Amino acid sequence: MKKLMLATALMALTAGGAFAQQTVRMGTEGAYPPYNFINDSGEVDGFERELGDELCKRAELTCEWVTTDWDSIIPNLQSGNYDTIIAGMNINEERSKVISFTQNYTPPAPSAYVALSEDADIEGGVIAAQVNTIQSGYIAASGATLLEFATPDETVAAVRNGEADAVFADKDYLVPIVNESNGELVIVSDDVTLGAGVGMGLRQSDTELRGKFDAAITSMKEDGSLNALIIKWFGEDADVF
Amino acid sequence: MFEVCADPKSLEGLTWLSCYLTSGKHLNMYWAFGTVLLLLAVTAPIAMAFGFLGALAARSQRFVLRMIGKGYTGMVRGVPDIVFFLFFVIALDQGIEYIMHLIRCPDWTDPVRNGLEFRVCPQAKVPLGSAPQTVHQFYGFMLAVLTFALVFGAFAANVLFGAMQAVPRAQLETAEAYGLNPGQVFRRVLVPQMWVYALPGLSNLWLILIKATPLLFLLGVQDIVYWARELGGAKTQAFDYPHPDWRLYYFLALLVFYLAFTRVSEIVLNRIAARLSKGQATAAGEAMRKAGI
Repeated sequence: MKKLMLATALMALTAGGAFAQQTVRMGTEGAYPPYNFINDSGEVDGFERELGDELCKRAELTCEWVTTDWDSIIPNLQSGNYDTIIAGMNINEERSKVISFTQNYTPPAPSAYVALSEDADIEGGVIAAQVNTIQSGYIAASGATLLEFATPDETVAAVRNGEADAVFADKDYLVPIVNESNGELVIVSDDVTLGAGVGMGLRQSDTELRGKFDAAITSMKEDGSLNALIIKWFGEDADVF
Repeated sequence: MFEVCADPKSLEGLTWLSCYLTSGKHLNMYWAFGTVLLLLAVTAPIAMAFGFLGALAARSQRFVLRMIGKGYTGMVRGVPDIVFFLFFVIALDQGIEYIMHLIRCPDWTDPVRNGLEFRVCPQAKVPLGSAPQTVHQFYGFMLAVLTFALVFGAFAANVLFGAMQAVPRAQLETAEAYGLNPGQVFRRVLVPQMWVYALPGLSNLWLILIKATPLLFLLGVQDIVYWARELGGAKTQAFDYPHPDWRLYYFLALLVFYLAFTRVSEIVLNRIAARLSKGQATAAGEAMRKAGI
């Protein structure tokens, strides 16, 4: 083992000479369709994959996709396992204290409650939400009992098997699931708009990289290609810029 | 993979299933079985080596060595695996990068620690940021091997320490009476005889190690439990193969895999136990001698 470590270290040392273009590692969750998911060939796919590739092209960066679990997505960015978070992460005050965000690339998106029936108790009942999301923060502050899960998929499964009365998540994520549930699941109550839209998260010290992505997002907003991408992945009714 | 699978949504029945089970994502899962087996194959001998060294240190006449051996087994065994995996790996990774940073970027002026951020110069990243993802995966895998080996080595050290103490004193005295020096007594009498006492403890450790492999995902290595959860989750039309929540079936498959694997391990371990008992001064060895095996 020691030899191996040493060999790795030596290899890395010698490889330093051939240091050419820096790759930007894009960290995502890969479990939040249509924002980001792992498609059937095992590749990262979704709105953010297409957006991220386009942003990298415009900013003339070489990018590589990395998946990580949601719960440790911010600590892993800080310890340098990847350079950006592009994972449907809403910009809010709490997160802005520890990482910095680019400008938003989706307008503030509505969140919704989904339950098995219209009369589910969303005010005092048990509500499932993904851990460390703006939705889980919102439920914790409301009167309902919060039930947290590591992945978004598990929050919906909890409603299906009766563990929770309703699930609270981004509407964009829930709508396809409700539409394909053959009437089993319904959207309850009106939308709640939380956060300031989804942005890319970067280390606070990476101001140069943030500037590049900011400029790329601006250029996509200006030529309308961002709106086209939003409509492609979230449907005709989606909010655009 | 097959041509018929080009348009998955038009397929039905068995064709659909065969296409589904050979999708790229499933192939990743099958690879993950290999990853887990490889991890076990690599980790077990290294953990054994750590254990052997730990046991030797703990038995040493020298105070410092003895304290190192005892400290290693005592501390590592006392820390929950999951804490060890979360703390040690990050500390090790950052330690390596910090040393690289000192070597490669002596002129770097920005602080490495900046609040919660850990930021070394780009040339000091291990592996380098420009390295392909496979190198990152290999590095993560090696970190996992080292961590598993350290944790399980501590347990193995205690088992081997106990086994060395269990070899009858009379055996060693006889060897000494024949004029063997301490090194020879250790190599030719103590070590060959201790395995039979160590085996029950080591077989426990092996089975626990098999079950501990899902901790791999904490280290960013995508193991079979990760893929079972990912593949089993309900899939909407955004995917080529939409399906409801199938996690139950995937986890059942894992259950079968783990049970089968532990069963095979048990059979092999029983054979080893029989072989090691032969001719030994233990009750099992004595019974074998009487039965004429």
